[in-house]
Amino acid sequence: MIFSLSTAAVASQSRTLATERLELWEQTFNRLSDALQGECRAGEHFTLSLVAEDSQFTRMNRARVRQSGQVVDGAVKLTWIANQRTCYRDLPFTGNWGEDWAAVKPALNDLRQEIDQLPEDPFIVLPQRVEGSEGKSRAVYRGDLLDRDRAIAELLGPVQGLDFVGIYAAGLSVRAQSDSAGQRHWFATESFTLDYSLFDLKGQAVKGTFADRTWDSAAYKANVARAQQQLQLMDRPVKAVSKGQYRTYLAPAAMSELILMMSWSCTSEAAIRQGGSPMEQLRVGKRQLSPKFTLRENFSRGLVPQFNSDSEMAPDNLPLIERGKLVNTTINGRTAQEYDVVSNGASDSEDLRAAEVDGGDLAEADILKALDTGLYLSNLHYLNWSDRPAGRITGMTRYACFWVEQGEIVAPIHDLRFDDTLFNFWGDNLIALTQKQELVPAVDTYEHRDLGGTWTPGALIEDFTYTL
Amino acid sequence: MLSTPRTTVRIEPQRMLQSIHASADWVGLRVVKTTETLRGVRDQKPKANGSQVRYGAMVEVLVDGQVGYGATVDLSKKGLQAAADAAVLQAQAAAAWGLYPFTDQIRPVVKGNQIAAPERALDSLSPKEINDLLIRICYTLKLSDQIIQTSATAIATQRETWFASSNGSDAYQSSASVVMDYEATAKDGLVTQRRGANGWFARAYQGGWEWLLTPQLWEEVQRTGEQAIELLTAPECPSDTRTLVLAPDQMMLQLHESVGHPLELDRILGDERNYAGGSFVQPKDFGHLSYGSPLMNVTFDPTVQGELASYGSDDTGVTARREHLVKDGVLQRGLGSVESQLRSGLPGVANARACSWNRPPIDRMANINLEPGETSFKEMVSKIEKGVFMQANSSWSIDDQRYKFQFGCEYAQLIENGEITKTVRNPNYRSTTSDFWKSLSQVGDRSTWEMFGTPVCGKGEPNQIIWVGHASPVCAFDNIEVFGGGE
Repeated sequence: MIFSLSTAAVASQSRTLATERLELWEQTFNRLSDALQGECRAGEHFTLSLVAEDSQFTRMNRARVRQSGQVVDGAVKLTWIANQRTCYRDLPFTGNWGEDWAAVKPALNDLRQEIDQLPEDPFIVLPQRVEGSEGKSRAVYRGDLLDRDRAIAELLGPVQGLDFVGIYAAGLSVRAQSDSAGQRHWFATESFTLDYSLFDLKGQAVKGTFADRTWDSAAYKANVARAQQQLQLMDRPVKAVSKGQYRTYLAPAAMSELILMMSWSCTSEAAIRQGGSPMEQLRVGKRQLSPKFTLRENFSRGLVPQFNSDSEMAPDNLPLIERGKLVNTTINGRTAQEYDVVSNGASDSEDLRAAEVDGGDLAEADILKALDTGLYLSNLHYLNWSDRPAGRITGMTRYACFWVEQGEIVAPIHDLRFDDTLFNFWGDNLIALTQKQELVPAVDTYEHRDLGGTWTPGALIEDFTYTL
Repeated sequence: MLSTPRTTVRIEPQRMLQSIHASADWVGLRVVKTTETLRGVRDQKPKANGSQVRYGAMVEVLVDGQVGYGATVDLSKKGLQAAADAAVLQAQAAAAWGLYPFTDQIRPVVKGNQIAAPERALDSLSPKEINDLLIRICYTLKLSDQIIQTSATAIATQRETWFASSNGSDAYQSSASVVMDYEATAKDGLVTQRRGANGWFARAYQGGWEWLLTPQLWEEVQRTGEQAIELLTAPECPSDTRTLVLAPDQMMLQLHESVGHPLELDRILGDERNYAGGSFVQPKDFGHLSYGSPLMNVTFDPTVQGELASYGSDDTGVTARREHLVKDGVLQRGLGSVESQLRSGLPGVANARACSWNRPPIDRMANINLEPGETSFKEMVSKIEKGVFMQANSSWSIDDQRYKFQFGCEYAQLIENGEITKTVRNPNYRSTTSDFWKSLSQVGDRSTWEMFGTPVCGKGEPNQIIWVGHASPVCAFDNIEVFGGGE
């Protein structure tokens, strides 16, 4: 028998299915948590983490579809603790209780057999409720997304005639956590991200992102129109800028790339203790950043879950670098145990999950005037530490980057390599930050769709160093 | 013995395919199951012990020339049918907007089993034995109080893929792989230096424990700790232009970034322009472009035993074969699947690969190797008046056209008047791809050839991380800009 339904009927069904799926996932996760609780013997503890999604991924090139599909995926990570030892199993999660328990139950038996073979772990974090805390949270953000049968037409209709390339990712994402102390956290969101570029005939390009929980056709068209306007600036003859030091404006998307480097063994307390983080220089007082620079973790915007894999809740607002000085680091329970410090609910890798840089006093309208003569960088690309303890980062300019003279955009540039230290560009060389912060959405989709993003202003820098 | 966890899932691709009903011109089912066991130790204490099991299916359909996919973790009949429905919906919705009208030519018929069995099975070491091994590595690395951190990690992965299709494919592939990484961090005041095993997770092989538990392991671990300490007092790498000699554990990164990625046809066709980037290579360059010096011979070779990305056929069913990408310095062909070959009209290879069941196949590297020359290491060094010999990658960055790059290494030694002299720290170099490969002046012989790999090559939208292998002899490049660290 050939199964066939009209696409409209299928799309309508898929919306209902998303609601049903969300309910089923939550019920099954809770039931797994209850069942594991029931299995726990004296002296045994567990944590259970869930990541799940039902996503559409449409990849586009030259305003046409290259690949399009839907992914329904889920995984639960069961970490077992007993006798000062711990091990885990990370297993597929379907949302079907019978199938999932049939996978988890034997995994639990395996874990019990394996755990006695392992060495003692002195830094185990035992699940426990924080005094006065209910140990429970539930946040569900339903969205109004494009129907899956009409998303492609909605995306590509307005960009016909343009060299439009990118990825639309949309759907339901879930993160959940439970443990043997009875803590339960559930975070579900329906959202979309559109990450795209527009290219001109010479291969010059501009970047656009569009992300929200509710699709707005007019806002999408306006977003593309802004990118088109910027692309027109790329039509001017390209200027080859020699290596050297130039006054530079880093637009929010460029700043966000630098801020992401702070997640790479930088603000992590463990990284500082274990060698190699440039933040050690701030801690010992050898260096400090500009008083204009404040970096924080801000969970109050509700874009990402506030709990970590130990069911610890991060504070709503955690200043890390305040007016140039290191005032906090990201600390998880394990690091807290090892170094006798207090956890602030950081992730396993102590990376930044809700990074935000405070705005400054530079008005949007004054950016080019304040830059005067130098480089306007919309984006950066492929950053890496060239000397991490020294805080030195290298990377490339990318997309709409311009040479500016006397406050006027003169020409797009050939891409340049930069190599400079954060102690310079966020230190003495930081001239100003823009008043306005922008959300640069997290658009990565490794294993699953990322959530949240980085809130940052643009930054005006003196003598940013270019090397190639 | 309990290194690999049990799972209850039964995978019968033909039965699964038969259960799917879809109004499509072609239907394919790719089921992937991986079991990855990771054990990590830091400072002789356990850091991670566990296994990740992943399985799921991707249903692909071809409707009016457009492929749509539905991928699901739910392998029940209902789950697979839902995935098929989603695939049809996507294909139908995209058909009017498709980039290229494909036929089932892009999914040739493949049959048979390809099983690469390891010499020492992944479950031949118990969790205790692996932990003991890693703890001993940390203990050996901890040569003095100047070593402030030691770590060791081992990852063993069993990967199985089933592929069945409506045009008759019925294939199964199974392989095991192992990865080991260890490193020592030395510190003196605010000077911190790291030294590891050939760079981050570079010891990556297809096979079993035989690749990691080698006779020279303990000598290498000891030397790693010694070199971490040595680097604390070594001077910075000089900043000038000189002959750069790269060990195979840095050549792997050099090949990866400046040969492998720019030759991917999907980059050249523009698919990757929004994420990983395009390429300085143009379609007209194949068969003509002088990519490097005449000493440069690079192959795509998924048939090398033990190399990380060896396979019998790619994830679309195309049989894997060794091909020259660059021969005597001239660009021959790109890294492009049948889909990219049709779109571009260019020759390609069997490289349509997906990181798992939940991502579609795209153009990928497999094993990209530089073929050995005829120069011994001693002879190579003897010809160099002023040079630096760099080992083990520590930093990598290249532009979106794969042209301007800057790479850093963990360890380096100066070459002065034909001899290796003193050690220098924080060695880096930068160049452009064309200039660099044209400056290739000496290629080491088979005795200098080594094989490595990386399990973490990122690319694609949606993003995918995949495993690739690289093998190379030691090579020398003339007149390269090198420099050290610090502010």
